[in-house]
Amino acid sequence: MDWQALILSLKLGALTVALLLPPAVLLGRWLATTRWPGKPLVEALVVVPLVLPPTVVGFYLLAAMGPNAAIGRIWTALFGDGLVFSFQGLVVASVIVNIPFAVQPAQRAFEAVGSALRAAAATCGLGPWAAFRQVELPLAAPGILTGAILAFAHTLGEFGVVLMVGGAIPGETRTLALSIYDRVQALDTTGASAMAALLLLVSLSAVGLTFLLTRRRPGVGA
Amino acid sequence: MRLTAVLMTLLMLVSPLRAAEVPTVAAASDLRFAMDELVAAYGRETGRQVKVSYGSSGIFRQQIANGAPFEIFLSADEDYVWQLHRARLTRDGGVLYALGRIVLFAPKGSRLPVDGQMEGLRRALAEGRLRRFAIANPDHAPYGARASEALRHAGLWTGLEKRLVLGENVSQALQFASTGGADGGIIALSLVKAPGFQKLGSWALIPADWHQPLRQRMVLTRRSGPEARDFYRWLQGPAARGILVRHGFVLPGEAG
Repeated sequence: MDWQALILSLKLGALTVALLLPPAVLLGRWLATTRWPGKPLVEALVVVPLVLPPTVVGFYLLAAMGPNAAIGRIWTALFGDGLVFSFQGLVVASVIVNIPFAVQPAQRAFEAVGSALRAAAATCGLGPWAAFRQVELPLAAPGILTGAILAFAHTLGEFGVVLMVGGAIPGETRTLALSIYDRVQALDTTGASAMAALLLLVSLSAVGLTFLLTRRRPGVGA
Repeated sequence: MRLTAVLMTLLMLVSPLRAAEVPTVAAASDLRFAMDELVAAYGRETGRQVKVSYGSSGIFRQQIANGAPFEIFLSADEDYVWQLHRARLTRDGGVLYALGRIVLFAPKGSRLPVDGQMEGLRRALAEGRLRRFAIANPDHAPYGARASEALRHAGLWTGLEKRLVLGENVSQALQFASTGGADGGIIALSLVKAPGFQKLGSWALIPADWHQPLRQRMVLTRRSGPEARDFYRWLQGPAARGILVRHGFVLPGEAG
């Protein structure tokens, strides 16, 4: 078992969720209620990392964050070190890859709140922000939590993008998924199987938890 | 208040990763087993640690050119070192640390007879008994390029081409071949010299003049620190050279 890789993966997952969740909730809420004609375009952009091959995402990220690209150069000027092949670069990549996992469940949850309930909240004298915090957010919480769990679990399992922009440096960018790949190449089946079993367990619990959270309870909702 | 707590937690999560006194090494994957031993011996002798990533030399060259933070690069092909040197990404032209050799390998239970002249491979191919044959990707893995040269030299390339499975690097080629997914493959001598290898299969050395030499060169990159330079010097010392020889490398300046 590569403990260093496990800790790294857990850190990456926690940071990804912490950075991604607030904007994902706001974007999900906006997508659920907007009547803007450009909405399908935004929805498509949100989902596209899900269907793109990880190599395509990795290729563009590498091009965007590299030392010759604008983002890469600004980052190096600010922090003195490159963004690609660094943990910070992995966090950036991970946040982008996980947008659909966090936004989609949040959007569905806010859609389920329904316009009737929103109108009722307004009739009761609640302002938009108060209604969002006191009525919508509690009702959408299971959906938002589902998104957080999915993004966390998916970060732990992400392979292609991490391989391309990370470079598998021990303690820096070699996540658990990459460590399994490395152990298999080293013909270390024992090490690989322990880590694979752990990831299987984590993924299974995560998906099980989301089903538990999104189970329809009679009598709740509009 | 709560926001401050969250931010503090986030900072704590990021910060310990920046303590990078441990040098980062990019090593060609033919070194996988030798390097584990080298790092352990260096640790016993000096109490210092080294972080090693294994992969194909061509991909490492690409990553270093794109800003990867490796401090030492041990390439299986000196051309990649020269390319980085010309791009002024290294401290100097580095040093030749070893000459590599390739072997024909067949896993236990394979129908492929193993001999250095590849006569068994020729027969198996002619009789249609060969399904899959593993080599490293010749485009960016030096051992793959040398394997394809040796196969061309033997006149087997055209017949074998459709049966090839390409590993991303030479240790993946070994993994393909040793787990029985392929009937055999061409891999690095340094990988079959690993302890406990005998139970995986049999191998035979391919004549060195059937392919371009595998001149393996290492170099300090421009971002190397004093810890990296210390390990780099140690790698050129007698203890390290002894380990390399035990793993099947021919040392420069010595008869092979």
